[in-house]
Amino acid sequence: MKKKKRFGLLTKQSIAGWIWLTPATVLIAIMSFYPMVQAFITSLKTGSSANMTWAEPILYNYTRMFKDQTFMRSVGNTFFYLIIQVPIMLILAMLLAQLLNNKDLKFRGVFRTCVFLPCAMSLVSYSVIFKSLFATEGLINTVLVNLGILQTGYNFLGNSGSAKIIIIVALIWRWTGYNMVFFLAGLQTIEYSVYEAAKIDGASSWKTFWGITVPLLRPTIVMTAIMSINGTLQLFDESVNLTNGGPAFSTITMSHYIYNNAFGTGVANFGYASAMSFFIFILVAILSMIQMKVGDTRD
Amino acid sequence: MTKKNKSAVQRRLIPTYIFLTIVAFISVFPFYWMISAATNTSLDVARGRIIPGTYFIQNFTNLVTQQNLWGAMWNSLFYTVVQTVLALFICSLAGFGFELYHTKGKDILFSILLLAMMVPGVATMIPLFKMMASAGFLNSVWGFILPSIATPFLVMFFRQNSRNFPPETMEAARMDGLSEIGIYFRMYMPMMKSTYAAAGVITFMNTWNSYLWPKVVLTSTDAQTMPMLIANLSSGYLIDYGVLMTAVLFCSLPTMIVFFVLQKQFTEGMTGAVK
Repeated sequence: MKKKKRFGLLTKQSIAGWIWLTPATVLIAIMSFYPMVQAFITSLKTGSSANMTWAEPILYNYTRMFKDQTFMRSVGNTFFYLIIQVPIMLILAMLLAQLLNNKDLKFRGVFRTCVFLPCAMSLVSYSVIFKSLFATEGLINTVLVNLGILQTGYNFLGNSGSAKIIIIVALIWRWTGYNMVFFLAGLQTIEYSVYEAAKIDGASSWKTFWGITVPLLRPTIVMTAIMSINGTLQLFDESVNLTNGGPAFSTITMSHYIYNNAFGTGVANFGYASAMSFFIFILVAILSMIQMKVGDTRD
Repeated sequence: MTKKNKSAVQRRLIPTYIFLTIVAFISVFPFYWMISAATNTSLDVARGRIIPGTYFIQNFTNLVTQQNLWGAMWNSLFYTVVQTVLALFICSLAGFGFELYHTKGKDILFSILLLAMMVPGVATMIPLFKMMASAGFLNSVWGFILPSIATPFLVMFFRQNSRNFPPETMEAARMDGLSEIGIYFRMYMPMMKSTYAAAGVITFMNTWNSYLWPKVVLTSTDAQTMPMLIANLSSGYLIDYGVLMTAVLFCSLPTMIVFFVLQKQFTEGMTGAVK
């Protein structure tokens, strides 16, 4: 009799557990998985949003994509941002976390707050601020001219090379503090005595950084790298508001180009936009898999 | 440690102080620039005037007459608060269920849900737009919030932090006759306060700052949010930088207030997150 009641209680608990996770599961299924299937179906169709028909041949949107110069350019731009920005930002974030983890350092809280502060600013806002700072007659140019480095103001955002670099600088400014918080949290799990021992052994802080901090932070590095890569592959706000993809599509990102095809001026080409977005999905999935594999080799 | 030792330690840290001061300056300077620019005329901002001026009232008046500032502030605040409250409730409930009512079946479901992390927002944008349009949710709070109430990231964040929640106390509470939902409301929620704070700060900032999805789903100007208002101001042919920076200032205030008020709990909550 007693045994039966106990069993009933356990079942009741298990059912309660299932109930707790039902709302989130249902929402994720309807708002992520179902639209993903829909996106794939739409990517096989052509025509305007109201009357779409199956594409002829069925993979038309995909073959078109690889012949589309502007799309290929946006892929190239996005990878350029990715390859340069993500490593610089993550190393800088780790370095800052290591420096701020030093117990002898004064004003740690102040420094930490300052470095994290950029995260409080919206992507649109900081894009606009950077746009004004790097304008031809803007503050940066005024300073450079006054210092005698430049003769006249340089049109940073009007030249493709420098415009790309400004976007990278802006991205590093906005996201380094965010990633630093995760590294600081990761460092809390490393015993401080490990560092004391390294110091007694006479290891330089540079050696300590590469020899102790980086290996021990590996799980955090994998997590932040996945988040940063996903974020960069979906870059949109900066491309729209800092450079508007220009000059001549030289800074446009994949998401920006997809948005223009689906919701920009002119015909809404949902089929083609869906095909391009499915391409991003596959890229993100492949990169995440690789990262998870790399992260796993530790165990 | 002797005094001499201490000052030697501080002397060794001088390069660190210099480096951190430079980084802190670069991090904070755009904020100073924003505030200073909001008090200058458009021409002065364009010419890179760095000293605060006396033009703030004029910029503010222009902003309010040109744009529906209070409408956009209210929309942003309303959407963000509803989204944050619902996201915290639903995702923490799921994290609580996954970790503390742990079974094999739930583990499998959890790893399936994590796959949703790989789904990029831009890929689901078109189908979601169609769904919201046919449900009549365009230009409404539901259209704005439904796609991101439940995110795999938040569920995972709560699940990982729930490892700090001692299961023995749950058994004790059950002995005392507390119901399962009672455990969640009366024990889990109060004990996980700092996790809620960290998750709340992240969700609030992400929602307040989101731009791509609102641009898709909020097509009417009456429904527009602050980032959209700023984008409109900056996309014109003639940009009034003073007015623009005043709008940027208003857009940045709520997230900065939330961050400063919850900073301590935020740091505690984050530290519990990565185990």
